[in-house]
Amino acid sequence: MIATVVGCVLLAVITAYATFGGADFGAGFWNLLAGGDVAGQRPRKLIEDSITPVWESNHVWLIFALVLFWTGYPKAFSAVMSADAVPLWLAALGIVLRGAAFAFSKETLGLGGRRALGATFALSSVLTPFFMGCVVGGIATGAVQADATSSDPASWTSATSILCGILFVGACAYLAAVYLVWEAGRRHDLELQTYFVHRAQVAGTATGLVSVATLVHLRDANGLLFDRLTGRALPLVILAGVCGVLALGMLITRRLRGLREVAWLGVAAVVWGWGIAQYPTMLPGTSLTISNGAPTATLDTLVVLAVFAFVVVTPSFLLLFWLHGRQLLTSDESEPT
Amino acid sequence: MSVAGSALLTASGGDAPARVQMGATLGFHIILACIGIAMPTIVLLAEYIGLKRHNSVALLLAQRWSRALGVLVAVGTVTGTVLSFEMGLLWPGLMREYGAVLGMPFGFEGVFFLLEAVFTAIYIYGWGRLSGWKHFWTGVPIAVSGIGGAMSVVAVNAWMNQPEGFQVVNGQVTQIEPWQVFFNHASAYETPHMILAAYMVSGFLAASIYAAGILRGRRDRYHFTGFAIPFAVAAVLTPVQLIVGDTAARAVAADQPTKFAAIEYVETTGTHVPEYLGGIYVNGHVYGALRIPSMDSLLVGFSPGTKVIGWESVPAELRPPAVTLLHLCFDAMVGIGSLLLLLALWFLVAYWRRRTLPNTRLFWRLGLLGGPAAVLAMECGWIVTEIGRQPWVVYGYLKTADAVTANNVTPALTAIVIVYAGLGIGAIMLLRAMSRRWRAADSPDIRGPVAERALQPVWRRRR
Repeated sequence: MIATVVGCVLLAVITAYATFGGADFGAGFWNLLAGGDVAGQRPRKLIEDSITPVWESNHVWLIFALVLFWTGYPKAFSAVMSADAVPLWLAALGIVLRGAAFAFSKETLGLGGRRALGATFALSSVLTPFFMGCVVGGIATGAVQADATSSDPASWTSATSILCGILFVGACAYLAAVYLVWEAGRRHDLELQTYFVHRAQVAGTATGLVSVATLVHLRDANGLLFDRLTGRALPLVILAGVCGVLALGMLITRRLRGLREVAWLGVAAVVWGWGIAQYPTMLPGTSLTISNGAPTATLDTLVVLAVFAFVVVTPSFLLLFWLHGRQLLTSDESEPT
Repeated sequence: MSVAGSALLTASGGDAPARVQMGATLGFHIILACIGIAMPTIVLLAEYIGLKRHNSVALLLAQRWSRALGVLVAVGTVTGTVLSFEMGLLWPGLMREYGAVLGMPFGFEGVFFLLEAVFTAIYIYGWGRLSGWKHFWTGVPIAVSGIGGAMSVVAVNAWMNQPEGFQVVNGQVTQIEPWQVFFNHASAYETPHMILAAYMVSGFLAASIYAAGILRGRRDRYHFTGFAIPFAVAAVLTPVQLIVGDTAARAVAADQPTKFAAIEYVETTGTHVPEYLGGIYVNGHVYGALRIPSMDSLLVGFSPGTKVIGWESVPAELRPPAVTLLHLCFDAMVGIGSLLLLLALWFLVAYWRRRTLPNTRLFWRLGLLGGPAAVLAMECGWIVTEIGRQPWVVYGYLKTADAVTANNVTPALTAIVIVYAGLGIGAIMLLRAMSRRWRAADSPDIRGPVAERALQPVWRRRR
């Protein structure tokens, strides 16, 4: 019981990371595709202004997820970290390059330096979610052995893993475009809003197609996961599909009120669908279930921790997002008054 | 980074690349962590003085420091993430056996870090948009959560040095008492020691920058104020740090005897143990040291008859490697700490007697060295605590060699060294460019030469 509660907390933290941190990665994807210096200037400025004050806070969810994973489920954690060492090292490297390049580029004035940093930021924003997707795909399809002690390429290079990596990149880009539609609207910039509406349509369609392709592929490649996704997790899969179609419809008809929430819910439904589908196993295909986690005393404290986190972190984030929404947080240089 | 890295290289073995990598990334991150823990308080102090005394220079400095902090916190965020990954990527054996034990303090660290990130963003980007005191108060949670986060992380390290709050039955870890893990005995001294170190590193380092400017002839309000605020914070805390450090050394002698024996070159257990200052240890002999008879016993138990445990009390394979390195690092830490204490006293006495900063080139030269020296002392302290615990990762329970990954980490190590070198150089270049930009933008009122009155610290001057 308590193990399940901790599992839900972990999944909630992953959801927060995927839908907030993920969108910051997606913003890097659009930065990459924004074109030359002149054409790309305005979308890049919007991207920078939108993620500047929030990306670090959004990123910390990842650290929190790692801590919950290793504390609650040490055996599964060390198996994943051993088997998937290669993509995880690459993701870690991508995180360093992306964060540093982004922070540096804000304070760098020279055009050449900004270009190099911008390219690093954009490229690592695409590679990092891809490798994370490969890892998650490998876990979900049971490619990680419970007693893994060394790197195992088979655990993250299957077709499903690669599809999952692409799906992650797509979902990040989709969410980012939707959020940027809202950011542009908030600034009454209709031109940029249209720009990102188009991109959200393309990304949404592509991500939807990759999702369906992944599902079809799973029917042959991993019957167990497919059965569960279309069985007990079916309501969430349907919810994700409905949200995706609805968001696309809203984008086409330009009825943008509530678009962010619908898109967010769609991605969150996918995360929870994955969780429900593989419950109660931690590493599907092995004997490692959610009840092989940490002793009860530790799990109890994790619940206390989660409550503490919820009580102090939620209002802080609401304050951050509220101030950001009212455009009271800016990176423009201005003298104190 | 290179200090810890090359130091760890001296200990060879199958786990060497992983240890070098952990040492290098931790040694790099810890500097940024210090700044993240302590610098917000210093920035807030400047803002407080600025608001309270209507001091526009202090206010301007606070704003600029927070911009620099923005860059450094961003780098610290990602290098901290690397450490989280490394816990599993380098030490899966540690996490498999003890993840459930040491995870809880890390969990609290995560919460504090979230708070720190959120309020740092509000504080840094709220300048100019949020008004005076309202803005000041958004910074207070950063300082508080910085201390909370430091307590949590150091609790884990202290627990590795002095594991408690669990039992091992038939090779299985059970009976975990998470709060006992969090508030283990070693954390009682390690935590204040590290938090004070963070304040010293941040204070002396920030002051160094302005000492350099003053030495170049920029003797203006901006530089004197920029020096005085961080330096005062570090100077006031330095005496406290020496008392805490002294207490910590005695606790290490009692609780981690092999580490202490290596630090002090104590081969065999005995009384009237001499203290060696400096010197290298080769085949049972100490060369080139200043030997003070019975001093070590006196320091440990306040009497020459105090028994000090030597490393021969444990089999050779359980003794820390590289005793010379440990001893010299310890001496460097204590030596630098003592010199910084003298510098701090000079500052405090001058202020007490004349209500001004000391005004000689020697003081500014030492002030310039103070920052790098404080960083070096802190790195030496980490080398002592980490290498001194070897061959154990969890003292007495789990050996480092049994915790390390089976994977080849050399490629990752290579990549990390290259990327971190770029990070370090990039960050310094960027901070220098920001400083040049600000210098060009400032009015002569702030940057122009001033009368001796400017040597009065800002908190005394009224407009």
